Amino acid sequence: MTWLLPLPLILPFATAVLAFLFRRNGEGRWISVAGSAVMLGAGVLLLADVLRYGPQAAEMGGWPAPFGIVLVADTLSAVMVVITGITALAVSIYALSDITDEMEQLGYHALFQVLIAGVTGAFLTGDLFNLYVWFEVMLISSFGLLILGGKRVQLDAGIKYVTLNLISTILFLSGIGLLYGTTGTLNLADLSRIVPTVDDGLMTVIAMMFMVGFGVKAAVFPLFFWLPASYHTPSFAVSAVFAGLLTKVGVYAMMRMFTLVFTQDVGFTHTILLWVACATMVTGVLGAAAQTDFRRILSFHIVSQIGYMVLGLALMTPLALMGAVFYLVHHIIVKANLFLVAGVANRIAGSTELGRIGGLYKGAPFLAFLFLIPAFSLAGFPPLSGFWAKYVLVKASMDIQMWVVAGIALAVGLMTIYSMTKIWGQAFWKPHPDGSTPTLSSLRPADRMALLLPIGMLATMTVVIGLFPEPFVQVAERAAAELLDPTAYVTAVLGASE
Amino acid sequence: MEVLIAIMVGVLVAASVYLMLARNVLRFLFGMVLLSNAANLLIFASGGLTPEAPPLIAYGENAPPDGVANALPQALVLTAIVIGFGLFAFALTLIYRGYQNLGTLNSDQMRLAEPEDPAK
Repeated sequence: MTWLLPLPLILPFATAVLAFLFRRNGEGRWISVAGSAVMLGAGVLLLADVLRYGPQAAEMGGWPAPFGIVLVADTLSAVMVVITGITALAVSIYALSDITDEMEQLGYHALFQVLIAGVTGAFLTGDLFNLYVWFEVMLISSFGLLILGGKRVQLDAGIKYVTLNLISTILFLSGIGLLYGTTGTLNLADLSRIVPTVDDGLMTVIAMMFMVGFGVKAAVFPLFFWLPASYHTPSFAVSAVFAGLLTKVGVYAMMRMFTLVFTQDVGFTHTILLWVACATMVTGVLGAAAQTDFRRILSFHIVSQIGYMVLGLALMTPLALMGAVFYLVHHIIVKANLFLVAGVANRIAGSTELGRIGGLYKGAPFLAFLFLIPAFSLAGFPPLSGFWAKYVLVKASMDIQMWVVAGIALAVGLMTIYSMTKIWGQAFWKPHPDGSTPTLSSLRPADRMALLLPIGMLATMTVVIGLFPEPFVQVAERAAAELLDPTAYVTAVLGASE
Repeated sequence: MEVLIAIMVGVLVAASVYLMLARNVLRFLFGMVLLSNAANLLIFASGGLTPEAPPLIAYGENAPPDGVANALPQALVLTAIVIGFGLFAFALTLIYRGYQNLGTLNSDQMRLAEPEDPAK
């Protein structure tokens, strides 16, 4: 069923075109919701197909694999496409209320759908240069979304976001050039066969260029400074989708490259990754502890959580990779949800600066409850999804006697709870400094519906993953097995001839 | 020829790093343009430079003769130039708008998104 592969790419583009044409009088927002729902459906079909028949590949334009561009979906890609669809649907419902008419007329929904297409493309492509192009599609639309609205703080954040991301892209591009020069191919499956036959030292240099390039995108230590400088400035729907998806594309690209292609010197590259992961976890959570803005605390948490995923990749055992995949999925849901909650808090209490708001627990206990689910999940409380993700990673590092690493992972979990209690204590527990009580009933019923429905939906998913982790763990295990042994992936792309 | 290009890439990168270390964001942007051109040259050189043998396929043949440059990196560079140009145009517009609204090009004074004392 190769037509299933391009479908999750074509749908967001088609939706973007339609949403742009109908941006004037409000139909665009419904087109965006419908498009996201259909795209999610296509993603689910693709995942079902991959789970049944193994990795799938489709040659674009009819050119055979190492020469033409291929789209490939193994379990990890398919899972990521599904989770992209879920995030897109949740955020496009949220956007019904969060996005102003002015932003809509400037083409918000079209940009949003192009962003989703870029993210999906990056997950599905099996060609390195094509990955670069999808990164660019994703970047240029994220630039647009970030500064849409044109507030001064957004322009300030935009300059930092744009410049640092462009530098990482240039590094990535140079890496591609050198890799092509040495191996003569850019097809990932082909690369995984050729790279082991090329000089190790040179390949490690190229691997480091990719590590730094993707490291900036994934916001790992010490390359993360653009993230907390920019993610708290755009509208809430935009920052939720950024928080959920964009850095994860960097993590995904790292996972793909450092399991499929750059495995020639695991002792060197993955040790660097390991310490980068630990430093990322620690600096992120310390940064969060120092902040006083709702969204800035959450932004620093993203950095800290990226560390866990890179940790899973760095350990390179089946259990650790399984944990990384599980963490990736869990984190996208939870993080997007927390930013959506921050949006509602801003709407009813008037600010995201913790010193200026309060009383949310008293006035809006339902929102407080909805905040607690993802917050506890992020910190790793049983029985929520984050607990299993952290448990697996800690167990994986203990299994190979990495006691220090396991200790850091646990300590960072505790620190996460500390900074979450800060949000809880300031925004929810203490009375509002104005003396007023923010309530959900101050919102119009339609707004309330559009804002709370996606939050509730994502929170339910968090709980479901937490209570019934078995099927999710199985899928993650399968994804990890495919990452560790890419034979099926290579066969799907190049055929069984080798 | 490759050596010449390699030296040129080095010079471009050095110049771009020098420019990007400046506080002025416009200088930073020009540094970035130089850097992206250095990357383009790098890819160009990775395909091999053979000025005496054009990568042409003779009539009736299926493949070019041995020893010609690989034409694919040139196609890649073309794509990268186009994308890079679009991004440059965007970044230039952004910095211009930033200058209009923030009143400065000095990156040290752009502290709106990251206030020095978050408590204020």
